[in-house]
Parts: sequence; C-alpha cells; structure tokens
Amino acid sequence: MIARRETLLWAVQRATAMVLAFCVLVHLATIIYAVRAGLSAGAILGRTQGSFLWGTFYGVFVIAVAIHAALGMRVIVAEWLRMKGAAAGLVVGAFGALLAAMGLRAVVAVVAA
Amino acid sequence: MPDGGPGANLRVAVWRGGSDGRYQSFEVPRRASQTVLDVVTYIQRELDPTLAYRFACRVGMCGSCAMTVNGKARWTCRTHVDKVAADGALEIRPLANLPVVRDLVADMREFFDKWARAKGQFVPKTTREQPFARIDPRSRQRREADAAIECIGCGVCYASCDVVAWNRDYLGPAALNRAWTLVNDPRDAAQRARLEAVATDAGCHACHTMMTCTELCPKNLSPTRSIAGLKRASLRLLLGGGAE
Amino acid sequence: MKAHRGHPAWWAFLVHRLSGIALCVFLPAHFFVLSLALRGDDRLDQFLSWSQQPLVIAGEWIIVICLAAHLAGGVRLLMLEFLPWRNWQKTLAAVAAGFAVAAGLAFALAR
Repeated sequence: MIARRETLLWAVQRATAMVLAFCVLVHLATIIYAVRAGLSAGAILGRTQGSFLWGTFYGVFVIAVAIHAALGMRVIVAEWLRMKGAAAGLVVGAFGALLAAMGLRAVVAVVAA
Repeated sequence: MPDGGPGANLRVAVWRGGSDGRYQSFEVPRRASQTVLDVVTYIQRELDPTLAYRFACRVGMCGSCAMTVNGKARWTCRTHVDKVAADGALEIRPLANLPVVRDLVADMREFFDKWARAKGQFVPKTTREQPFARIDPRSRQRREADAAIECIGCGVCYASCDVVAWNRDYLGPAALNRAWTLVNDPRDAAQRARLEAVATDAGCHACHTMMTCTELCPKNLSPTRSIAGLKRASLRLLLGGGAE
Repeated sequence: MKAHRGHPAWWAFLVHRLSGIALCVFLPAHFFVLSLALRGDDRLDQFLSWSQQPLVIAGEWIIVICLAAHLAGGVRLLMLEFLPWRNWQKTLAAVAAGFAVAAGLAFALAR
C-alpha cells in the first residue's frame, strides 16, 4: 500500500533527523574545539584512534546520514528532476550506499589503532 | 494620493486566450475604493465584451473571483487597487497551476477532483433511524476541525503552492485541509480509507511546510497546520494505533 | 522572484533544501579525505596543510554554516510536524537562522 510505504519512509526520515540532530550538535562542537586546538592528523587521530566511543558515535552518525540524505535526495529528484519510481529508487539507493560505504571506511580510518 | 487617484488612468495588462495566449493592454479610469474586480468588470462592460472572467457574490464570500494579480493569487473583489497598484500598473492573469479555459477563467476541475481523491467527503456511520451524534464543540477534535472548516474552495492556496507546481499529482493544500476536518469528525465512517488516500507521496508527505498557503489564504486558514496533523495521524495508523 | 515566494517560511524551505544538497555534495569528499588516514598520518597532514588556503577555508566556513542551518531548519520542521500547533512557531524560522549565524561566527572566530 503506497500510503504505508510513504508514511514509513517519512517516519524513517524524521527518526534519522532526530538522531542526526544530536550527532550534528556534538559534531559542530567537536569541529569548533578541534579547529581551536589546531588541525593536524596527529591531533585528530590522537583523539579518535582506538576509541570505542568515537567509533560507535561516528558509525551511527554515518548510517543515519546515509539514510537521511538518500531519502532527502529522493524527494529532490522527484520534484526538480521529475525522476520517480524504480529509476529514482535505484539512483537514490546507490547514493545512500555510496555514502554508507565511504563513511564507514572513513570511520575505520580514524578509529583503527 | 498615490500616482493618479480618481481622474487618472490605470494601465492594465489582461491575459487573453488559452495557456498559449498573450497579454492585452487596457486603460481604465481610476476611481476611489476601486477593487480589481471593478477594473475587470469595467473592461468587459465598456471596452471589450469578449473578455471572460468569473465572479459571483462580489463581496468576499464565495471565492469565485480569485485571479493572479501582479503575480499573487487573490480575491479580486477584496483587492483594492490602491493596495496593489501604487504606480498605476496592474497585471491580471488566471489562477496558476490550473489549465486555462479562456482569458481569466481557470479550469477548476483538477482542484475538485483532488478534493474527491483525498476523500474530502463526509461518509456517515449512522442513518436517520439512530439518535443524533453528540459532539462537544470544546473537544480537541472539534476545535481542530473548526479551525479548518471555513474553506470555500477558492483555489488561492492551490494556485500558490510550489509543490503543486513541481508535483502534478500532489493533492494540494485545500483537499488535504478538508480531509483533516473529516479525520477529526468522529461521525465519519471512512477514516482508514481517507488516511490511506492522503498519506502518500502525492499527499501530506509531499508538503514541505513552505506555508505559502497559510500566508495567502483569504480566510486565514492554515492548511500547513492541517497537513501536519495528517502526517501525525498517518504515523499513528502505521504504528497500529487505528484510524480513529 | 515569483510574488508568492519570499516570505520567511519559504526562505526556510529553500535554505533547508539548498544546504541539504550542499552537504550531499560535500560528504563524499569529506569521507574520502578522512580515509586518507588509512595510508598513514602524513597523507592526511598533506591535505590539511593544502586546506589552509583562503578559498578552502572560506568553503569550509560555508559548509559549517550549511550544516548549522540544515540542523536548525530541521529541528524547526520536527517541531512544526510533531508538536501541537502554536502561533509562535512562525518565529522558529528566525530562531533557526540565528542559530546558524551563531555557529558560523563561532567557527570563524575559532580559526
């Protein structure tokens, strides 16, 4: 049923938004702190390497972003590129998968000791 | 007195023809307390009897005279020329987002078709044999319905909505607003079917809260508010909370 | 601009959409850069020194503002959709804008 699917997608979009609201606040604070403390690979990795906490935080962040961004792009390609249905699903799904893959790789890169 | 005033002329560009038509210019004498509907009426009666346009009550009750005036959808009978044409120039087109029948007349069929598609009609649970329903006017549901019930289907919100322009299937603010009044009506029997009709990507979930409808509604309704209510109602249905 | 546009809630929509698109463009690049750490610290350091150029710093500042704006606009939407409707919600757009500006300032001053 279309209503069921669309309501579910809308709900997932709002749920990931709530998760991201928390993650982005933390991330913004972290960025401002990190920039003041000086940006270097050593400084950044010194905080994140071997950290289970950062690994979990960024892992959740990446998954939420991949879903949220893909669902957002789904609406934009439908309204501004007039792309809907299976074709849109493929493009948007691929984009989400790309974000998830690259994002998780980045998490591994900064957390792996 | 702004440019002109009684005695000077307005320069009025009026849309003629179908969607592939063009503007035609007229000079209309300016009068005190003149409305845009007065201007259109003057053109049709005194200058060009072939001009097609709609009106009925001419006192701001029926919504028939809605047109695009200087880019914004408005009721022409309630739009004073002084307010919108300070420099003496008027541009009048039919309502946007709708096919053009001719000149200033928009084809309202898709507007009302979507009203029906959104299940914007009351479906009774009882018959005349049963006792009257008892509805407390102070109940939360009735207050929600009352806040949205005054819509007269003028089409201003539909003509002004960007999502309607970008998504041809979008039911639009008026149809969804009406559906919300019925969602809040405990006497109605079609709640599940209605929620399934409106909770689609051409329904409430397509609204991006731009609030142009709420800005421009001549009856100060807020379809945005109603649509937000529909989103929550659809979530309750999804989570198994039932349609009531 | 079409006459029915340009009111506060409409700007809030446009900022939210455009900032979202900007972030979608930025994120793959961001993830790629961070992955450079996999090849050892110095690759990441090389990038970080390259990124000290004024144009890159300006770009980063714009992205931080986009992030803050998208967050603030998103929180506004969550409030409009899930909380009971109140008239003061109209000012949420202004509050969201204020948050984005504040975040941008904080970032700029931190540099």
